Amino acid sequence: MPTSFAWMIGGDQGEGIDATGDVFGRVLSRLGYCIYGYRHFSSRIKGGHTNFTVRIAREKVLAPQANVEVLVALTQETIDRNCHLLAPGAPLLADSQLKPTLPEACRAQLVEIPLTQIAREIGAPVVRNMVAVGASTALFGLPLEAFAAYAREKFARKGETVAGQNVEALQRGRAFIEELGMAGRFSLPEPAPRERYLMTGNDSLALGALAGGCRIMAAYPITPATDIMEGLAGLFPRFGGAVCQMEDELAAITLVIGANYAGARAMTATSGPGFSLMQEGIGLASMAEIPAVVVDTQRVGPSTGMPTKNEQSDLMAAVFGGHGEGQRIVMAPGTAEQAFADGFEAFNLADRYQCPVIILSDLALAQWLQSVEDLPLKQHRIDRGAIVAQEELDRLTGEFERYRVTEDGISPRALPGMPKGQFLATGVEHASSGKVSEAPQNRVSQVEKRSRKLAPLRTRPEAIEARQVDDAEVVVVCFGSIVGAVDEAVERLRQAGVRAGRVQVRQLWPMPDLPLTGALSGAAKVLVAEQNATGELRQLMRIAGLEDSRYRSLLHFDGTLLSPERVVAAVQAMSVKEEV
Amino acid sequence: METVTLQDYKTSEKSWWCPGCGDFGVLAALQKTLVKLGIPPHRVAIVAGIGCSGKMGNYINSYNIHVVHGRTLPSALGVKLANRDLLVIAAGGDGDGFAIGMNHFVHAVRRNIGVKYIVMDNHIYGLTKGQNSPTSDQGQKVKAAPFGNVESPVRPLSLALTAGATYVAQGFSSNQAQLARLIEGAIAHPGFAFVNVLSPCVTYNKINTYDFYKQMLYDLDADKDYLPDSRGRAISAVLEREELVTGLIYHDPGSVAYEDALPGFSQEPLAGRDITLGEAEFEELLASYR
Repeated sequence: MPTSFAWMIGGDQGEGIDATGDVFGRVLSRLGYCIYGYRHFSSRIKGGHTNFTVRIAREKVLAPQANVEVLVALTQETIDRNCHLLAPGAPLLADSQLKPTLPEACRAQLVEIPLTQIAREIGAPVVRNMVAVGASTALFGLPLEAFAAYAREKFARKGETVAGQNVEALQRGRAFIEELGMAGRFSLPEPAPRERYLMTGNDSLALGALAGGCRIMAAYPITPATDIMEGLAGLFPRFGGAVCQMEDELAAITLVIGANYAGARAMTATSGPGFSLMQEGIGLASMAEIPAVVVDTQRVGPSTGMPTKNEQSDLMAAVFGGHGEGQRIVMAPGTAEQAFADGFEAFNLADRYQCPVIILSDLALAQWLQSVEDLPLKQHRIDRGAIVAQEELDRLTGEFERYRVTEDGISPRALPGMPKGQFLATGVEHASSGKVSEAPQNRVSQVEKRSRKLAPLRTRPEAIEARQVDDAEVVVVCFGSIVGAVDEAVERLRQAGVRAGRVQVRQLWPMPDLPLTGALSGAAKVLVAEQNATGELRQLMRIAGLEDSRYRSLLHFDGTLLSPERVVAAVQAMSVKEEV
Repeated sequence: METVTLQDYKTSEKSWWCPGCGDFGVLAALQKTLVKLGIPPHRVAIVAGIGCSGKMGNYINSYNIHVVHGRTLPSALGVKLANRDLLVIAAGGDGDGFAIGMNHFVHAVRRNIGVKYIVMDNHIYGLTKGQNSPTSDQGQKVKAAPFGNVESPVRPLSLALTAGATYVAQGFSSNQAQLARLIEGAIAHPGFAFVNVLSPCVTYNKINTYDFYKQMLYDLDADKDYLPDSRGRAISAVLEREELVTGLIYHDPGSVAYEDALPGFSQEPLAGRDITLGEAEFEELLASYR
């Protein structure tokens, strides 16, 4: 018996595919299932194929399923492009209006269902997709009442008529399948009766930032980062904050720098093309030692690349982008829980180390729905880092020494508005006073001061997350959203007798070389899995001295999210090769 | 209350501008105005750009942030939003503001951010040793355009007016009294106040000199028939005179600053607010993801 099920709905963009997937996934989540909701879409608003898959499991899953149990098709293209995902005999629900046909090789069971016609009979063509949801509840033997209750709640604001039409659509769809005798075709496992949230990494990152004290967000719209801006735009007015939609990313990053300089917590969120534009600003934050939080939700690059597809190829840009040698901290969440934690802690790190902190997210994490048990607010505390006390400023006889050379490299800052704390923050090299200086000795001492700051982060315990590495012969190293696929692969490999483990790198820079060395010490082989063509993570590890004959790469760069199957195959291929 | 003196605004640093540079006059007028208004240095944040004029912040003892080329206005907005009690002044040159930073200029104008923008407009790139700037006259010959500038100049005043500016003034760096008055008006104005200052470059610009301006400038402040209360008339007045005017050109008394228009935006400085999120409030937010 499978441990997870996948339900896919497909149609043209602009036909409410995402919204329908959201409804189906959300009610299943309320029923106690773990959900992973992922989509295929293109960079346009109307037209073109799109689909949304809801993967349903008892335990948390964070990777796409190789097949689907049920396909709901609103267009013939949906059938043509996706029916290979169905096992022979699996139900393909298609709107009768399409006069649908199956490709010759397809052995699925075509179930024609008059979705459009039923919706018309109800008097509301827009409820067509809800008819399909109703039909699906029958196939999976799900309680209709849970869906009806959700529809009533969701459409309450639109009035009783609309809510009623949606409920009727659910009922009619269900009745249609029941009449065909197909009800209960699949039996889902008993759900674990736990309350969960269903959210994207963008959702949880925005919540983390809010909880972490962020009150200013400046950004320019870009897929797949925009939800962060939109999420905060709805929340900030309650908390006195502001979201500023800027004219470009140059403005967004420099607004953030100005706001942080003046003592607020501010962030920006972008994707590759915008991140490239922000490099100059990030350099300023490094040089002038101003905190700044930048989210880069990676997509396929370079240039416009594939805006709606997966890739993890901004590591080098995040760590080394821009001219000169500036200090940056680069964090890499892989789950919604981690995006929340990083969204909060990035502000603490930025204030503590007075430098830019980049959260390197990616498309699947940013936009795909996942079940979340808890976002533990209590585990985080706001730390504003070193700010000079007013009493100390009052005692000063000379100028405030903003960039005083200290042992740990961190110099307490004054915030504008504090009497006697005036100083110059500048992207020009400066003396400890902040005043411009090009003296060789000063240059050396300031460069060394700034460089020293980040040394403790090399051993930060949260910088890696290792699982099942103690007895592992093969350890898969990864970062970002592919951690779900890697975990699933490790589990399957273990079931097949391969002692596999995984290490997720949570902080890409400074590279946590000592914790990594420890976690990988027992492994006979190390597979570095990443979604890019050049092995950027492996290159960064090499720079940090982590490379030997045990290391291999799994590079995935076709725009899809790495699958557990591919990881399993790569690990197995490694084992075979060595034995031969 | 302590009185503020000119000494409070002086720094130990020697000014690096060429002797005779118009920017000295701008710095002096600004310092004098701040002293006159009794604003203590810690309540002032100056955001300066790159170029000769960007050195402004090095020579004035306020909070200063010297940013990347062209980005003074978005940075200044960030400072203002973080601490709205500060007087935030953005300062830069014509290259910084009307070439590399032109995009931000137009958007800062239409947002009407609570920032005072002083441009030291010398119609030339000084710090890179004499290339044409976006405000350079047509025909001006420089090393990078040895056969003369073929581009038509940006007209900052009419540009600001058409973009919706609520306070537009132009000063001349050698007319201290007027310039100080215009800066004072800018400081009192709620929202974005633009003061363009004709600030001659004595080293690289042999056309737009002190003598040139003394001869050519028309003082609108002295014109009893000119009232700075109509956007349309203001545009005509500056275009008819090829922007060779000084004085208060336009002022919208009904101006509402961006930070006042933002829904729910904090009335007190964000920088001083408690940013802890309550457990109950957080649970409420989370509940919407069920």
